[in-house]
Order: sequence, then C-alpha cells, then structure tokens
Amino acid sequence: MTEAIVGMGPAASLRRIGALVLRHLYILRGSWPRVLEMAYWPTLNMVVWGFTSRFFAHHSALIAQAAGVLIGAVILWDVMFRGNLGVALSFLEEMWSRNLGHLAVSPLRPWEWVAAMLTMSFIRTVIGVIPAALLAIPFYHYSIFSLGPALLAFWANLLVTGWAVGLGVSALVLRFGLGAESLAWVVVFAIAPVAAVYYPVSVMPGWLQAVAWSLPPAYVFEGMRSIMFGHGVRLDLLAGATALNLVYLTVTGALFLRTVHIARRRGLLLNVGE
Amino acid sequence: MTRSDPVVEVVDVVKAFGPIIAVDGVSFTVGPGSITAILGGNGAGKTTTLSMLLGLLLPTSGQIRVLGEDMVHHRYRVLPRLNFSSPYVDLPHRLTVRQNLSVYAGLYGVTDHKRRIAELAEDLDFVSFLDRPTGRLSAGQKTRVALAKSLLNRPALLLLDEPTASLDPDTADVIRTYLADYGRATGASILLASHNMAEVERLCDHVLMMKGGRVVDAGAPTALTGRYGRATMEEVFLDIARNRARAADGADGP
Repeated sequence: MTEAIVGMGPAASLRRIGALVLRHLYILRGSWPRVLEMAYWPTLNMVVWGFTSRFFAHHSALIAQAAGVLIGAVILWDVMFRGNLGVALSFLEEMWSRNLGHLAVSPLRPWEWVAAMLTMSFIRTVIGVIPAALLAIPFYHYSIFSLGPALLAFWANLLVTGWAVGLGVSALVLRFGLGAESLAWVVVFAIAPVAAVYYPVSVMPGWLQAVAWSLPPAYVFEGMRSIMFGHGVRLDLLAGATALNLVYLTVTGALFLRTVHIARRRGLLLNVGE
Repeated sequence: MTRSDPVVEVVDVVKAFGPIIAVDGVSFTVGPGSITAILGGNGAGKTTTLSMLLGLLLPTSGQIRVLGEDMVHHRYRVLPRLNFSSPYVDLPHRLTVRQNLSVYAGLYGVTDHKRRIAELAEDLDFVSFLDRPTGRLSAGQKTRVALAKSLLNRPALLLLDEPTASLDPDTADVIRTYLADYGRATGASILLASHNMAEVERLCDHVLMMKGGRVVDAGAPTALTGRYGRATMEEVFLDIARNRARAADGADGP
C-alpha cells in the first residue's frame, strides 16, 4: 500500500537529516550572492580590525606583543555569530516559505530537524569564516591557524555557543511568530560586552565579571589570548567553556523541542509565514 | 489493524483554544478505501479537525487513531504512511519543483525517487515546469505540485484541503479522476475538505457535515440529498448552514 520505508532507525534518521540539509544546500547552490554575502561580513570585519591592529601595534606595547590578537578575536567572534545565524536562518527559511506545515506532518522528528539546522550552521560558518581567516594571512601576515590544535577547540566551543543562541532564538520565533525574527541578529550582540572578545574579563566591574564567567565565550577568548601572549594552552579554560556549552545547548535544545510541542498544542505550525 | 478496521477513528474529540471551543465532541470513522469529505462553512472546525488528524495539533480531549495508531502518542509510526496537501501551506519558493519533490522524497524515504517524481509529473501534467522555481508557478500549478508532494510516498491515507482550488475546470476534472483512480488502485483512503459541492458529489462516498465545531450530519451524498429532499449537495449545505430543518423526519444523525 505504501512505498515509504517505515522510517525507524538511525539510517532513516540520517536520510531525513540529509534531505533537510539538501533543501538548504539547494538554496545556496542556486544563489551565489547568498554565498558571497556569508563570506562578506567576516572578511570586512577582519579587514577593519586588521588595520586597527596595525595602528594599535605602533601605539600599544600590549598589542605589539601579539599583533594578531584583535584579528584572531574578530575571526573567532564571527564563528559564534555565524553559528547562531546558521541555526536561526535555517529555521526562519521554513517560516518565510510557509513550509512548516509540510515539515511537521512529514516523518521528520524534531531532533532530526535540530540536527539538520546544526549541520547547516556548521556549513554556513565554514563558508563564512574560512575565507576571512585565509585572507588575513596575505593581508596582515597573521594566521589564526598558528593557534594550533587549540583553534579546533575554540572553534567548536564558539560554534556550540552560537547553536545554543540560535536554538533559543528559533524557539522564541516559533512561539511568538515572525515579529520576533530580528532576535536572530540582535540577541548574540547582547553577549558581546561580556564575552571578553577584545579585552580581558579583568577590566570589567566585579559583578559583570561573574556574568562573563557564566558564559562560554569569555573562557574561549581568554584562552586565545593566553596562547597568543605566550602563556600556553589553558586547559582549565577550555574545560569551563565546554562544560558551560553542554549546559546551554541542553537547555536551549530542550526549550526548542518543548516549544515545538507547545506549537502543536496551540496550532502554531500551520498558520505561519510572511 | 485488519483490512476492515477503520483507517481513521475519532472519538469524542474536543479542541479548545482558551475559551473558544473549535471542535466540540466530534466522533467519526473513515473506512478503508473510502473517499470522505468534511464539509462546513468557515469556522466550522474542518481545518482544526484535519490538523488534529495530521498530528499538527493536539486535541484537548478525546481519542484519535489513524491507521491503527494513537495519533497523539505514536504519530511517527503513522506519518510515513500518510500525507497531505493544502493551498495554505507552501513549498519552499526558491527551490525548483524537482528539488522540492526530491527533498520530500528523502524525508518520506521514497525509493527510486527520480522515477516516482517523473511518474507524478507525467500523471499530473507538470513535466514542463519541473525545473522552474516553485515560487514562480501560478496558483493552479502550485496546487498540482503540492498534490504531487502528497502522493510521493503512495500514502495509505491522504488528507487534502481543497484539492482542486485554483484549478481550471479541465485540470480539476483530471485531478479528480486521478484521485479516484489512485484510491481504487491502491486501496488508500482519502479525506478531504472542500467547498466545491460538485466535486464532493462526484468524488466522495461519504460526507461529514460540520457546523460550530460539531458533526451535525453524515452519510453518502445521495443519502444526504435524499434526506433533505434536495437535488444537490450545495442545497443540503445551505440548508445546514442556514439552520433549515431536514425535509425528511427521522433521519439518522451522524
């Protein structure tokens, strides 16, 4: 009677995740301006902060010690920003195209939907950030890859923080509708002042330091500076970032899945769109 | 589930949105291989009922079993075997028709999806715009593509919201014939909401009349027209919508 595979098991889950990833890759394949736009802002940021670094290097003994510290920071910040946007945009695409109803009655499980969004976030982040990182080498003689294996840990942690923010934002948009879509762009900037991207946590007032240490990016950026100023890899900072990320990702992932359930109770999955 | 068991069993289902009761104690069954219409005016509770059958919406109380499974707790056992189309839910605009159908074929686990897409494009007459972005299609073309999406997995239960909306009479006729043939050939059940009474008379063997969130009458189209002493389902619809009494007393309720 039916041609569909019953749809249970890891192979079926992978197939469905792959199908949803393919849906977003089709969009990217069909629109080179979108791909260009992904790399545009990180590259532009890197260029601006590259000149800023060059200027500061002549006027600041601290920056002169590690000329790439600001460029490294801006590139890694973009990992988090793009990570968040990668999740939120994948979700918003479904709302903008009024496709949520079809997805919600397909055999796609909510956690598979989340997995597809995270996969797309990874792809979008690589497309967006790698060109900026590579261009920094000829432009400013700075390679973020000189951070060594720790770079992978920094990248992974900031990406996961971006995912946590993106899932939280997606949950809010699902709950409150497209009127809340601008959160996808603004929420992550609320973290910026306490993320210690360009300055150490120690310059913040005491009470704000406590806030900073409750967020994973502060650990990552302090860890980055530790390497760049010759103090080596701080495993304690990496452990702190990883532990906090696990907590935040679990909480926002659960919030997203819970919101999907609430959407089913309130009928939010059918009547969405621009 | 045996071959004679109902494909859909709805028992005393209520859906409330705060103080508003959208569906109020609805009970009905859909038999295997039948084509059933849910009719009713705007706000009658048709879309809410369809949404609950699809698992898009959770009932406040009552039971819904689809293809033998509890739709509230085990919907993922059922979803690969049902599908739906509605003019109010779109497919991604920027993807071509072929890309959209390929994505959904992947989601439904359709084997040999290229052949299946080609087959549907032929049957529903959209070969010529398979590689056109879905957002650039006319309303009628979109309706055909959405129908193709709903048939990709050869569902055992097909739920359709206004399946021939925006179609010209010729294409609508082709689609109705196709749906009837599909039901006969596969033994699938079809449940549709429609405002096209001629379509209902031609296609459906059972009708549920809804009003104010309740099923107020049910039966075969010929039985309903006979019961109300009317020549067409449109007249029956108007009688119910305007609270005119049934012509024949003692008629069976739902």
